[in-house]
Amino acid sequence: MITRRSALMAAVATSALVAGPALAEDPIKIGNVMPYSGPASAYGTIGKTINAYIEMTNAKGGVNGRQIEFISYDDGYSPPKMVEQVRRLVEQDEVTALFQTLGTPTNTAIHKYINAKRVPHLFLATGAAKWDDPENFPMTMGWQPSYVVEAKIYAKYIMDNMPDAKVAMLYQNDDFGKDYYNGFKEGLGDKVDMLVAEAPYEVAAPTVDSEVINLKASGADVFIIIATPKFAAQAIKKSAEIGWEAQRFLTNVSLSVGGVLKPAGFEASKGIISAGYLMEEGDAQFADSPELLEWREFMAEWYPEGDVTSSFTVFGYSVGATIVHTLEMAGDDLSREGILAAAASLKDYDAPLLLPGILINTAEDDFAPIEAMQLQKFDGESWKRFGEVITVD
Amino acid sequence: MDLFIQQVVSGFATGGIYACMALSVVMIYQAIHHLNFAQGEMAMFSTYIAWQLLAWGLPYWAVFPLVIAISFVGGFAVERIVFKPIENAPVLSHIVIFIALFAIFNSFAGFIWDFTIKAVPSPFGDGPLYPGAPIGTHQAGMIGVTMVVLVMLWAFFRFTRMGLAMRAAAANPDSARLVGVKVSMMTALGWGMASAIGAVAGVLIAPVVFLEPNMMLSILLYGFAGAVLGGLTSPAGAVLGGFLVGIIENLAGTYIPVIGGELKLPIALFLIVAVLLIKPAGLLGRRTVQRV
Repeated sequence: MITRRSALMAAVATSALVAGPALAEDPIKIGNVMPYSGPASAYGTIGKTINAYIEMTNAKGGVNGRQIEFISYDDGYSPPKMVEQVRRLVEQDEVTALFQTLGTPTNTAIHKYINAKRVPHLFLATGAAKWDDPENFPMTMGWQPSYVVEAKIYAKYIMDNMPDAKVAMLYQNDDFGKDYYNGFKEGLGDKVDMLVAEAPYEVAAPTVDSEVINLKASGADVFIIIATPKFAAQAIKKSAEIGWEAQRFLTNVSLSVGGVLKPAGFEASKGIISAGYLMEEGDAQFADSPELLEWREFMAEWYPEGDVTSSFTVFGYSVGATIVHTLEMAGDDLSREGILAAAASLKDYDAPLLLPGILINTAEDDFAPIEAMQLQKFDGESWKRFGEVITVD
Repeated sequence: MDLFIQQVVSGFATGGIYACMALSVVMIYQAIHHLNFAQGEMAMFSTYIAWQLLAWGLPYWAVFPLVIAISFVGGFAVERIVFKPIENAPVLSHIVIFIALFAIFNSFAGFIWDFTIKAVPSPFGDGPLYPGAPIGTHQAGMIGVTMVVLVMLWAFFRFTRMGLAMRAAAANPDSARLVGVKVSMMTALGWGMASAIGAVAGVLIAPVVFLEPNMMLSILLYGFAGAVLGGLTSPAGAVLGGFLVGIIENLAGTYIPVIGGELKLPIALFLIVAVLLIKPAGLLGRRTVQRV
């Protein structure tokens, strides 16, 4: 049955179409695609947190008097689905910018399309280094520290603190693993022979036991684990089981206590070093930090069903604040060009929940917003940060 | 030399995983003369049930037999519900259903228990077998259990009337029916037993590789390779084949530089092709002679 209301809605939609998307009182349309279903659906929490953050911003009056419309679709972490959803966002919803589209293979699938369409593609939720390429892809910009940045931070720490170390690296044989592998070698520079052994593994492999044994046989005393959660847990467990007393480093991708270290065993995980850039609920040092207090209030009021112990809610809040800040910086010029220019000129922006000392900086030739991290060590129960924030470029 | 021994022992340990799975492959092959592509996913699902029961606080040695029983009933039920109605359909229809079951079990496991990895405890402990050993107590225990299952399976087919009836039903259904074997019931029992053995495999494999919906994907491939290498009709051959695949895979990955990490997986497929070309019945399998 066609009701009067739906007829009215259709009429309104048509008139909006005729009026065009440039009216000042129109909401700013920001498009997003996330895996709300499927194997990577845990990441969907990020999208829900951002949505809550935008709702809060709108309730406070929006940006420059305009509301933000956050349109977020599900791709189930599938690249063809991502392409379909992004086309819908760009061609039907006519969004002004894409924001926080999640995943390396999925973003790769839309990389060229979105640049050809000249739609800003901002603050992607992936750590690949290739998003920092303003010359060839002037619309695309990452957000979190890239895998290359993280690998260079480990290289720097090892060179400064363990100059005689012999390093062995286990890495996943794909873009993700190779970013670290190349970044680490680049970070070592002329000390590249510190890396004495390396073993790639395939995601389809049942175990990495054989690789870990080979790496131990190299006589290395530093073991870097660049693996997704399942293989990271296997490598941690195996290296402890065979009594390899190397200093282990673990990629930020797999630092989840509940998702990796607990299954691998707390005892076996003791002493592992990783790197972080966001505050965490439960870290005693931040117990009464105003930023965390504000975040807790936000969670209670705008996203009460969200999990406060999940790093994804912290991440979503911080990156949500970054996009709102960027829109504010764009001032009255909320066109695609204006938003992109604002994103490419962030100066010492201290986004909420970033660790103290980490600031966001971008420029026309620097599309890598966060390039600093702080090391942390697992003490058998939780991560404890130590040392200074390490910045690389 | 040290590395060589370590890789052989570790290959033996990984081979134990494949051997366990290969046994379940042989079991279903003996019952229906097909390979069931959903075998691994059914084993994974059984493992999730075990994990859930353990999470609810049941003791390990209560869960273990319980899961085997549940899986037996589950496998039996799958045959009755899904395969009985298409008994006389062509092989292709069966294969499509194997693939459908694969997707169904995989997706449901993810839907119910999500995709993060879960640790399944080991009844044999977590430490190395001896200080510095490349093989843990759990893997040693797993190999022991595989051997026990192997002996039981061998005895079942060799000495029991039901084992004989099951072999007859699979090898020559028409004649078996004429001498009074309930062929269709035998097929269902075979499904039940295969998924029970799969449950044992899953519960023993999970402490090594960690439980997640895709846990069995490549293990089933290696299990197939092991079963084909050793002989699809021979439980002992399947176990031997499983161990061989594990050891060959490790040694090739370590000593043949071209293979390295990248080409380790295709070794399993290469073995399948090589065996089928050179000795189609496998190392210990019986040659089938068919009158035409």
